[in-house]
Amino acid sequence: MLSAEQVVETSFLEARHMLLEIAALLDRHDAAAARTGSRPDDARASAAAAKLAALREALGVLGEREPSRERTVALLELFARV
Amino acid sequence: MQIIQPHYHAIARTAQDYERMAMSGVVAVAEPAFWAGFDRLYPETFIDYFRQISEFEPTRAAQYGIRHFSWVAVNPKEAENPTLTREVLKHFPEFFAKPTVLGVGETGLHKSTKNECDALEAHVAIAMQHGQLVLIHTPHLADKAHGTRRVLEVLAGMNVDRDRVWIDHVEEQTIRPCLDAGYWVGFTLYPITKCSPKRAVDMLEKYGSERILVNSSADWGPSDPFTLQECILEYRRRGHSLQEAIEVFHNNPCRFLGQNPKFDIRPIRVETLGEAPA
Repeated sequence: MLSAEQVVETSFLEARHMLLEIAALLDRHDAAAARTGSRPDDARASAAAAKLAALREALGVLGEREPSRERTVALLELFARV
Repeated sequence: MQIIQPHYHAIARTAQDYERMAMSGVVAVAEPAFWAGFDRLYPETFIDYFRQISEFEPTRAAQYGIRHFSWVAVNPKEAENPTLTREVLKHFPEFFAKPTVLGVGETGLHKSTKNECDALEAHVAIAMQHGQLVLIHTPHLADKAHGTRRVLEVLAGMNVDRDRVWIDHVEEQTIRPCLDAGYWVGFTLYPITKCSPKRAVDMLEKYGSERILVNSSADWGPSDPFTLQECILEYRRRGHSLQEAIEVFHNNPCRFLGQNPKFDIRPIRVETLGEAPA
């Protein structure tokens, strides 16, 4: 099995890549919202808003240094709601 | 769709890549000189490498109907040996005379040391003296922002034709100063460590397509020449027209590389014929 340091060293670049993709997705969303405006009464827009809220909540879970349970489980349960 | 891959390290790739690129519409590749994975010790090693990319590799690409062009340089990672750099630079003019060599590249910075900056300046100077194009590598990851600033500082102190200089591997934090200074920029698409296809399209949507080149690099490390096609697919999926895609992925390379008359592939436009269906 890998040591704690090895876990970081072997996966850092891949994790960096995935976080950059999420950052770009959120920037892309904000740019599109600024371009086209929001449509609060639209059903598709509200479904998208719920998914976006779930993503933001998930990022909060990832930032916890000492979570009460596994982060993966918490995220799977969170995403099951949307 | 016709595609040009403007930064491609063919000697590190298989013939199967050429075949699949040809089947996907790639009509030309341009191969900058790069690091071999270890520091070379002898000028002759570079000379043979330059012969390989300027004489042999075009024949390999031609078997698949792909035009192959190249660049010559001492890689920034090897610039800590100034004697070697000076010796190799003396041979550049004989390669500038080759029919498919487009200029000097990829020069640039890795750790932004004094020796690297001196080597960059010497590379750009010889390119300008001989009317050649320049392709500049910017550092990876943590060194990216600082190294790009140093590249711009070195260039600002020189008499360069900015239209003939391409600063490669720009990302979100480095694109604006390079474009604002009047240079061409390149997005390099890597599976993990550089720009991604989606982020490249984000930047195209934010900055427009003028003076922007998109490439896969694709070398002996974790890389994939088809990240370029992935980027084209993402661009088209977001609703950009075929002609807009051609402007970015075919015509822009023609415009930059075509400043050297050896690169004779011209920009193209799609037209619908006015014929009625049968």
